[in-house]
Amino acid sequence: MSQSQLSTKHLLGIKYINTDDINLIFKTAQNFKEVINRPIKKVPSLRDVTIANLFFENSTRTRISFELAEKRLSADTVNFSAASSSVKKGETLLDTVNNILSMKVDMVVMRHPAPGAHHFLAQHIDANIVNAGDGTHEHPTQALLDAFSMTEKVGNLKGKKVVIIGDVMHSRVALSNIYCLQKLGAKVMVCGPPTLIPKHIVSLGVLVEYDIDKALAWCDIANILRIQLERQDIKYIPSLREYSLYYGVNKDRLNRLDKEITVMHPGPINRGVEITSDVADSDHSLILQQVENGVAVRMAVLYLLAGVRG
Amino acid sequence: MRDLGLTSYLCCCMARAKTLLKNDQFRLTLDRLCYEIIENYPAVNEKCIIGIQERGIFLAERIAERLTMLERGSKMNVGKLDITFYRDDYRIRTEPIKASETDIEFDIDGKDVILVDDVLFSGRTIHAAMAALQDFGRPSKIELLVMVDRRFNRHLPIQPNYTGIVVDAYDEAYVKVEYNHVEEEDKILLFSAKTAK
Repeated sequence: MSQSQLSTKHLLGIKYINTDDINLIFKTAQNFKEVINRPIKKVPSLRDVTIANLFFENSTRTRISFELAEKRLSADTVNFSAASSSVKKGETLLDTVNNILSMKVDMVVMRHPAPGAHHFLAQHIDANIVNAGDGTHEHPTQALLDAFSMTEKVGNLKGKKVVIIGDVMHSRVALSNIYCLQKLGAKVMVCGPPTLIPKHIVSLGVLVEYDIDKALAWCDIANILRIQLERQDIKYIPSLREYSLYYGVNKDRLNRLDKEITVMHPGPINRGVEITSDVADSDHSLILQQVENGVAVRMAVLYLLAGVRG
Repeated sequence: MRDLGLTSYLCCCMARAKTLLKNDQFRLTLDRLCYEIIENYPAVNEKCIIGIQERGIFLAERIAERLTMLERGSKMNVGKLDITFYRDDYRIRTEPIKASETDIEFDIDGKDVILVDDVLFSGRTIHAAMAALQDFGRPSKIELLVMVDRRFNRHLPIQPNYTGIVVDAYDEAYVKVEYNHVEEEDKILLFSAKTAK
């Protein structure tokens, strides 16, 4: 019999969960997807749970998605953003979190600019921790919802070919996606300008391709990433215009293929840079399904973590 | 109502499973339940039958199938309800539970709904099911049909409207209803403990 509870009490990254965990999250997310399409989109499962959303870094989609997921599980929520907090007054991360936890909080959903911040916290506090993005490291719920959306579209991912295009170097989505897709048996390729592909990425067992047309011809699904200018301290690409010319996914490129591929994007989209509007809004695009599935997948993660014993 | 109180009480002391009801007898009981429903709703030609996951849905399927045969022309709405997310013991129970599918494709607003489950034990499942149903609309009436009523094991003041058989057994005993369209044959089994199944 397949497992009915997660193997870990925190979701720190996809690297630290196993394939059974991922499948359990997907199965539960399916049930929650039915819930959020009801007239009354709410179940009382976590009414005895209080969740703190700690965002030390800006976010719109992830934050709203988590908050909706929490509310639809009937959890109580408190929100915190670094801009308006005591962090500015010099308080350490551990002190901030311990102060919040002493107000009886059961779970912490955190986004933090420092990679590994969640691991550090997990060693010091009791509450369940959900990583909502740590610097350029991992963004596990995004990877889960991406893979969940892919399975909805193409079925089992075993043997399916997925290419991750763009700023792989600065993307936490890319790393989590690679771990998640590989655990589900998919073949993963990364594609982008050489400056934005980390040097040792092949050690993760992914293929590397610098020619986007070859990458698109190879894949079944293309997950397109945003150029994260805010994380780039030096110039990695000459200009956005040049990037869009060489690596932008547009209708022409897709029409030249002899097959139809599915296009995804974790958002926020820079229309006309990494993806053109006609592609982003086409039938092959899963972008809005990804957002809808985000709530269901996050409900599943929070629900399952709350149920882990011991 | 078939009352198997004494026999089942005695067989509880034995380790092996005892068959309480099977095949023809099982089907007679099923028929009686259907006739009771028809008797109560002679003029209603659209029935809403909702089975509770996981094993109540099989009974709901059987009841709906039989009712369709008995009452040609009437419309049968059959749904599945999963109450996992409505349980009040999710964070305190020792064994985790897995969610199943909920599938109610019809409107229950203002309708008479018959909830169907195989075994009524503590009443907590039904309590959660009633809370869950309210998220789908406001039925004018909810009734409860069970194949097995373990009447002395209740934790909540909930009683069935339609009962297949009554079984009086210790708390540790476990009753399982099997169906010929799922397992090999229709039968109701009594085990001395849940681990023995």
